[in-house]
Amino acid sequence: MAIRTQPVTVNLGPQHPSTHGVFRMRVMFDGEEIVDVEPIFGYLHRGSEKLAEERTYTQIVTLTDRMDYVSSMLNNQAYILAVEKLAGIEPVPRGVWLRMIASELQRVASHLVATGFLLQDLGALGTPLIYAMRERENILDMFEMLCGARITNSYLRPGGVFMDAPDEFWPALDRGLDDIIQTIDELEEYLSGNELVFSRTKGTAVITPEQLINASITGPMLRASGVDWDLRHRAPYDYYDRITFERKLHTASDNYARYWVRVQEVRESVKIIRQCVEQIEPGPVRPSFDDVPRLIRPPAGDAYVAIEGSKGELGFYLVSDGGIAPYRMHVRASSLINLTLLRDMLIGGQFGDLFVTFGSVDLNMGEVDR
Amino acid sequence: MIGLGLPRGFLVTLKNFMRPAVTEQYPDRHVGLIGAARDAGMNPFQFLVKKPGDSLKAIAGLATVPVAVKQSSRFRGNEFTFFEDRCTACASCAKYCPLGIIEIVSIPGKIDAQEGESYKLEVFDIDIGRCMFCGLCVEACPYDALHMGTSFERSKYVRDELIITKEELNAAPKRPSSFYRPQFEENAFDPFKETIDDYHDAGRHERPSDEDLKKKWVDER
Ligand code: SF4
Ligand code: SF4
Repeated sequence: MAIRTQPVTVNLGPQHPSTHGVFRMRVMFDGEEIVDVEPIFGYLHRGSEKLAEERTYTQIVTLTDRMDYVSSMLNNQAYILAVEKLAGIEPVPRGVWLRMIASELQRVASHLVATGFLLQDLGALGTPLIYAMRERENILDMFEMLCGARITNSYLRPGGVFMDAPDEFWPALDRGLDDIIQTIDELEEYLSGNELVFSRTKGTAVITPEQLINASITGPMLRASGVDWDLRHRAPYDYYDRITFERKLHTASDNYARYWVRVQEVRESVKIIRQCVEQIEPGPVRPSFDDVPRLIRPPAGDAYVAIEGSKGELGFYLVSDGGIAPYRMHVRASSLINLTLLRDMLIGGQFGDLFVTFGSVDLNMGEVDR
Repeated sequence: MIGLGLPRGFLVTLKNFMRPAVTEQYPDRHVGLIGAARDAGMNPFQFLVKKPGDSLKAIAGLATVPVAVKQSSRFRGNEFTFFEDRCTACASCAKYCPLGIIEIVSIPGKIDAQEGESYKLEVFDIDIGRCMFCGLCVEACPYDALHMGTSFERSKYVRDELIITKEELNAAPKRPSSFYRPQFEENAFDPFKETIDDYHDAGRHERPSDEDLKKKWVDER
């Protein structure tokens, strides 16, 4: 005899430790099965886009740090590229190499956080998260050497970076890259062959590439469904056209595939950094103040630049009316757009998979709400 | 192979279990007898004889010693370092701050001003309760008068106490961070060990010679 159950509506969040920030979901369950999900966000809204309208172009760099706070360097990079396009600034080579190194390190850090927390959500309490965080700590130490801050870097300036890397940075980077590879090997040995991880992640929250493309989802989520789309390869910005790297694809498009793609991308990022270190040459790190003054007045117009962020296409759209502050700034936040398919991924799944799926999407509420 | 994943995973955990710990204790670290004696500057036997109470505590594992956190010399900390003698009250820092939290009041130039007294700084307040330590003010300072500090322990119960004034800045030990100040890195200045007492040492440039000034302002125009 079937047990008659009644659907129950449960509020998850906003203050829930597994929601990676202040995110709320209204979930309807029928027994263990998810019938409906309604994501509700906006709890972390700080009005960054509006605040940008009354700050000068250099000051806005500090706002972009706080959007996706686990990948500040990538936000900096996307914003600075938009400013450079808007104002027609020619970046200096060493500055570009340095910011590529910094942003690839940040991608590694962000993917490590995503992987660590995904495994934490799976129930591997502590251990893998600590391994991932230990490596991230090294990267943050390197950021401290570069720019004096660990999370809110504000390292980039229009045309380059504000200061050259100190001498002790290069040996630390070399050691750090080896450590990252070692940790990734360990994580893979620890988890990629683990039956418990397999049974929890394989075949859950499967989504087709067509759905992903229709929802304009990008980044590791799209690559986990077998679509070869990486802006570093498709529309190279900075000096990515002088770098060779592989795009790692998986075709399963389930939670495991998303985890796998992130882990492989960390390896590719390490390769990219090594190539950058080989090609970097001495020189100034930012244009002189005669070329790029502190107070930039771009001509009236607009510019949109997108980069491959850690979570997908991260774009900045700037409109200038010729003044010292942008008339309008809009951010194409990859987390927000990746969130849109959460409902389709979850419906029909089990309650236990809810947070695993949520973790594998890798959301950052700071970026969703801005 | 199915069934081998788990033991392999536990092997990794075991390997990590043997590795030295990476956790850093803050603000104090528990030490045994030897550590406590070293902190007091004695050898363990002297320590046992001279401070039996402390030794007992150390043996019981209750003794703690303060920990110096590993920081980069570029660390953007609070407690800005400020050299009033270098400051011209140009207020670039205040204009460049994204939050507008630097307050500068200067006595304007008088008609019969004597040399060196035309602009005098009267108020220089930084509300570091709202500061985000972005360093843009330091980047803007053309005379290297304002530097980031290197400390980070400044919790207070009242927000008002977080406004640091000119007097407080002047009285604080001068441990500038080398953020945006390459001259400190060139001189291998270590803000965690030394201080800068003479304001001349904090500068980026030599004072330009009269010929240079003439070349720049007269000949090239
Ligand atoms: S560090 Fe940044 S926020 Fe703080 S006073 Fe300087 S410019 Fe303003
Ligand atoms: S600290 Fe520097 S920028 Fe600020 S008023 Fe003094 S000289 Fe000008």
